[in-house]
Amino acid sequence: MSKYVAKRILMSALTLFVIIFVLFVLIRIMPGNPFPVERMSAELILQKRAELGLDKPILIQFADYMSMLLQGSFGNGTSLYNGAPIKPIMFACLENSFKVGVLSILFGTTIGLGLGIVAALNRGKFLDGLCTVVSILGVCIPSYVFMIFLQYFFAYKIPFFPYFFDPSQFLFSSIMPSLSLSLFSISTVARFTRNEMIEVMNSDYVKLAEAKGLYGFELLRRHVLRNALIPIVTVIAPLVVDLVTGAMVIEKIYGINGAGSLMVNAIAGDGVDYNYVLALGIVFSALYIAVMLALDILYGIIDPRIRLATKEG
Amino acid sequence: MGISMNEKIILSVENLDITFRTNAGNVHAIRGVNFDLPAGKTLALVGESGSGKSVTMKAVAGLLDDNATINSGKIFYRQADGNVIDLLTLSKKNLRRTINGQQIAMIFQDPMTSLDPTMRIGEQIAETILLHKKISTSDANKRAVELLQLVGLNEPEKRVKNYPHQLSGGQRQRVVIAIALSCEPKILICDEPTTALDVTIQARILDLIQDLQAKMGLSVIFITHDLGVVARVADFVKVMYAGKIIEAGTVDEIFFDPRHPYTWGLLSAMPDLETNDDRLYSIPGSPPNLLHEPKGDAFAARNQFAMKIDEREEPPMFQISETHFAATWLLHPDAPKVEMPAQLRERLARARKAANLQ
Amino acid sequence: MAKTYIPKADDFEFIGSRDLNVDLNFASQGYWKGVAVHFLRNRLAVTGVVIVGVIILFAIFAPILSSYGYQEIVSVNDTGKELVAKSLPPQIADGSAQNLFADKTFLFGTDDMGRDLWTRTWHGARISLIIAFVAIFIDMLIGTSYGLISGYFGGLVDNILQRFIEIAGSIPTLVIISILAIFMEKGIGLVISSLLLTEWIGMSKIARAECLKLKEREYVLASRTLGAGSFHIIFKQILPNTIGPIITQVMFSIPVAIFTEAFLSFVGVGIVLPQCSLGSLIEAGFGNITILPYQILPPITVLAFLMLGFNLIGDGFREALAPKLEDM
Repeated sequence: MSKYVAKRILMSALTLFVIIFVLFVLIRIMPGNPFPVERMSAELILQKRAELGLDKPILIQFADYMSMLLQGSFGNGTSLYNGAPIKPIMFACLENSFKVGVLSILFGTTIGLGLGIVAALNRGKFLDGLCTVVSILGVCIPSYVFMIFLQYFFAYKIPFFPYFFDPSQFLFSSIMPSLSLSLFSISTVARFTRNEMIEVMNSDYVKLAEAKGLYGFELLRRHVLRNALIPIVTVIAPLVVDLVTGAMVIEKIYGINGAGSLMVNAIAGDGVDYNYVLALGIVFSALYIAVMLALDILYGIIDPRIRLATKEG
Repeated sequence: MGISMNEKIILSVENLDITFRTNAGNVHAIRGVNFDLPAGKTLALVGESGSGKSVTMKAVAGLLDDNATINSGKIFYRQADGNVIDLLTLSKKNLRRTINGQQIAMIFQDPMTSLDPTMRIGEQIAETILLHKKISTSDANKRAVELLQLVGLNEPEKRVKNYPHQLSGGQRQRVVIAIALSCEPKILICDEPTTALDVTIQARILDLIQDLQAKMGLSVIFITHDLGVVARVADFVKVMYAGKIIEAGTVDEIFFDPRHPYTWGLLSAMPDLETNDDRLYSIPGSPPNLLHEPKGDAFAARNQFAMKIDEREEPPMFQISETHFAATWLLHPDAPKVEMPAQLRERLARARKAANLQ
Repeated sequence: MAKTYIPKADDFEFIGSRDLNVDLNFASQGYWKGVAVHFLRNRLAVTGVVIVGVIILFAIFAPILSSYGYQEIVSVNDTGKELVAKSLPPQIADGSAQNLFADKTFLFGTDDMGRDLWTRTWHGARISLIIAFVAIFIDMLIGTSYGLISGYFGGLVDNILQRFIEIAGSIPTLVIISILAIFMEKGIGLVISSLLLTEWIGMSKIARAECLKLKEREYVLASRTLGAGSFHIIFKQILPNTIGPIITQVMFSIPVAIFTEAFLSFVGVGIVLPQCSLGSLIEAGFGNITILPYQILPPITVLAFLMLGFNLIGDGFREALAPKLEDM
């Protein structure tokens, strides 16, 4: 097991390194200019380029950037109006996004699991139909559309929630964005859980457990839930990624000062802020790879088939 | 002869009739099945896939899927105190608590899928014991080790800590048998217990079941399509086709004096070392789709001896001897005399000779 | 049931010679015919086809038949002054002359520039659909070829190709889009490119898995023994049998593509004015949601129904290709 984990960690680190390299090179070889040309003289640009080390060969630039990264710095913003260090701004934004994200994963998995289990146990009945409707809605309605509706009805028409995100009442104002972000997770997890549960309930080993004399809750607890829930770990990883993408729009709508809106500002504004894009790209990729790695290892731990197979192999 | 009259009968299925609801329509899978299981004996239910043999047994064990409806019928079971109860009248909870596991146990076809992959073997055995007996966990674990020893698994102390995927198919089937026997049931239902195993392992598992049957005085119901297995283990045989029993008798009667053309087909399709044919016989066609109620004799379409009445009216059970029955119009007094195919007759004669020599 | 049978004279005559080997239960039925029958029997899947079909028809014909262009700013000349039909709620021409635009029909109203939202919504749906179809079609070509080649050749080729996918798949979509946004002009090209870079991976995984399964089949082994070349086997023998799962994946990818477009345009790196798509219309409607909530409804409704329709079709396909026993 530890050998397997070590191998996975090594692979992930390697993948991350390759991604950083590719991102870096792509951004550096890009045509165009990181500075607003019309507002700067050619002289000033040259001076600025030398100052930022952009005149050196690209591999040396990369080595410089890596050593800076390893020291925990992400450099400065490149555009003239934002020369401040990236790290504090980015991490403040990441913190907001992270909290909303974690909350929506919590919503997504608990509500999704609950719905899926209830639907599987009431197969073909009303609650099963309800679960199907919710999962269809979750797939058909983009999270930001749901957010727009929530905001319109529950913050504007009935001003129960704050109309914009308010960091001073964090939990309360996170409910709407987290809920809309989790809509897709809820439907995916619910659908997956339902199908997985039904498959397990029809499996031979559950039939055998019934033949042993197990029934009701005891049967669910001992044989159905554990086997049905293990594979759900595999659907959570892609959901986390969708979350990051979805968060971008939700943050824009609800005025959350988060990493997604930071990225949008970096690319959709007048001058693209290359170093922000690079830094955020690295952080998003690292987070994604870390989540995948963690879930992979978790899956190995909870499923004896993988745990023992890797021990022997 | 009802179960209440005959004390030697432990289980009696009367007029069982089951329909499955599917998206395509209702499938009338069991169309009036009757049989008795004498205590301590082995009954074999034989038929192709889809003939209803497994469904019948699932009904006995109370394991029918949710989309099944029992239209009519009774399943009588004689309890240890001599009282007879109809299992179909018990609530699911009551059935699980008092019958499943401790009175009627079951072995499934595929040992690769019938153990919980995420639970240790010892725990899966001890679970049953703890469920039905007032016994401490450590005693149950000890009993699990003993049971593994009983079913012939080597190093049982080590095995209890294994997960199913660490064992071979034959070993797993032994574990399943250990689970089935853990509460000393009266009836053991074996649903094709050797089909998924290698031939050499098959024989050992059959020996084990017979051995345990003798030791524990079990009554066994064997579901199989393999007549070789039937010849080896069964006392009585019921041949099923399209949700009905079409021929019933002792193992000798079925093997040496079969009367139903379907049984002839089954026997002819059995591989045999001495047959000179280049090709193994197979029954033409496939079993009828029970989505549509068959008219007349369900086997008529595949029967080379089919008569016009077979397409008009379902044959009743004709009695041949005290224990031998068959449902075919060929046994009607007005029917033309039809003998079983000559090849089969030769084969059976050879087999009989071999049996007498032993 | 219980009526007694009245014997007939010929009851005990043999039926006579028939070909018993004709199996009437499993009468021969082509594979695709079976799939089609199964699909058409599925009410939800047919509903999906109807929804998508109706939307496609409207997307094609509504802008053509409309009396306004999608960019046209509707105005009337009122006593020498040009009056623009800004932000009108939905109305049907009644000629009551209560207001200056009473003789004009705006089924979905007009936007704050004075353009007819009916025309713009269907034009937007058209653009969104075109983007989705083009992107997913190219994705299908790339992904399927990549997956088949990787799966068929195996060994080192497979190893290298799969490592590449592993790395490519570890870059979050958002990051890919951001990099593209730096390289490219905002607009349709950017949207299609980002779909091209992200959606092919799923296709190639499915094609590879199918290929691994199929290449060990007897018919493939047979033609290899007969000397068929690799590309003949891949494209003539394996590809036709992977079409089912790939079409299913396509049906699930199209809504993802539509969604991605809507999302990019909403964020402001997608479709740019005066062109419009469902995403940019939602964005425009969102800007006015508190004052003119009717503006956001048409594009959102069309979007939701498109997603629903394609998902239902995808589900139907999946079930038709691999029918569960209980559905038989």
